[in-house]
Amino acid sequence: MVVKRPEGLVLVSPEGLRHDGRRPEDLRPVKMEVGVFKNADGSALVEYGKTRVVAAVYGPREPLQRFPLLPDKATLRVRYHMAPFSTEERKSPAPSRREVELSKVIREALEPIVLSEEYPRTVIDIFLEVLQADGGTRTAAVTAASLALADAGVPIRALVGGVAVGKVDGVLVVDIDETEDMYGEADMPVAAAPDIGLITLLQLNGVLSREEFNRALDMALTAITRIVELEKRTLRSGYVEAGGEE
Amino acid sequence: MSGERKLAGKLVLPGEPVDDEVQAEKPFVVEEGGVKRATVIGLVRESEGGKKSFVRLKGVYVPKPGDIVIGLISGVGVMNWFVDINSPYTAVLNVQDFLGRPYNPAYDDMSLLLRIGDYVKAKVVAFERTRNPLLTVQDKGLGRITGGVVVEISPTKVPRVIGRKRSMISMIEEKTGCKLFVAVNGRVHVECPNRDLEVVAVMAIKYIEREAHTSGLTERVMRLIEEEKSIREVR
Repeated sequence: MVVKRPEGLVLVSPEGLRHDGRRPEDLRPVKMEVGVFKNADGSALVEYGKTRVVAAVYGPREPLQRFPLLPDKATLRVRYHMAPFSTEERKSPAPSRREVELSKVIREALEPIVLSEEYPRTVIDIFLEVLQADGGTRTAAVTAASLALADAGVPIRALVGGVAVGKVDGVLVVDIDETEDMYGEADMPVAAAPDIGLITLLQLNGVLSREEFNRALDMALTAITRIVELEKRTLRSGYVEAGGEE
Repeated sequence: MSGERKLAGKLVLPGEPVDDEVQAEKPFVVEEGGVKRATVIGLVRESEGGKKSFVRLKGVYVPKPGDIVIGLISGVGVMNWFVDINSPYTAVLNVQDFLGRPYNPAYDDMSLLLRIGDYVKAKVVAFERTRNPLLTVQDKGLGRITGGVVVEISPTKVPRVIGRKRSMISMIEEKTGCKLFVAVNGRVHVECPNRDLEVVAVMAIKYIEREAHTSGLTERVMRLIEEEKSIREVR
């Protein structure tokens, strides 16, 4: 689907700056917080610029109904949902096709890192609520889920982080926002766990040449390393603040 | 509260490498590709003998045979009770076991023995991945809890409430005159001479839970108890 670009919108300036002043390899201002909900076992808030996602993790626990249980491992249940007020036009609160699909995609991005075989016949519930959407909600959601899992004390192999790389006016740019996504040529969300060198999510919407793809993946992994560093700093700060220096 | 507040060890986050000599339980530190990595947030603590061990700071209780737990009766079956043991797995306690003799519905009434909401001190007899844990009360000191209060804390904070060689727990018992029993599933049974001391003891336990990752805790808990006792004018 090609959307006509509004007149006067320059996505990449002649100096190589993007419409919001960032350089191609820059992330938006990233903000993270853990323990935002008292009732959940673990929770986190992640902001990528104007995109804002909260995550709540419950479990491992016994579910109310027994049908999702697996005999050899914990079942991961992920619900990605966009709040009705998260978009410019009201979004129906009913789960859309897109949300059901993204829930599955995010679940599959988390399954390789959760040691689910340690808790057979239980469920781990992950609720992801997009409070404000400005592009990159699925990658922000993966980051938030990873933080919330760590906060809940669910054993995970490593922290994951997510970021999207896009192609805008022929230039590869990191962490694309809504505008760049809408008028750009390609969008490639990536999630990875840099500590163990594992890519857990890789999607591509649009067309990239082989060289572009390799470069885009490199850019994404560099950005993810920075995001995971931030995740660690966030998790650490909660304890160091309460406990003085190490 | 003022005073020295430092982390009681080196903080390790999921995915970060842990030294080979550090002792740790299996799912909380795993070896992959020759590198040991933490899977949960934890502290690497050094004991007096120089031994290093990994202590997790968050997580749920998973029963092990032999554990003494405090369970909350949450359901009644035909010949058994379902017991919430603060774990992802509901435990089962059989009536025959509770009575110590065969159960005869003609003259035994289960509802007179235990009711929903009662606390029991029990031992885990068996638990493996395919079946829910089985409890027994046929041992010394086990059975229905009849007095005092039960405080719930995170199961990962239990070692801190007990302290090294029971130092913390004996200090609280000495200062408050209460009797404490700390079950591994994160429930603490507190029996006190009076209500004021009970409130102080519960406060101390909750304080330990909040500050479990810091060092010099015994000192600060002692000061907290003294302060609270003087506020309440109890001896």
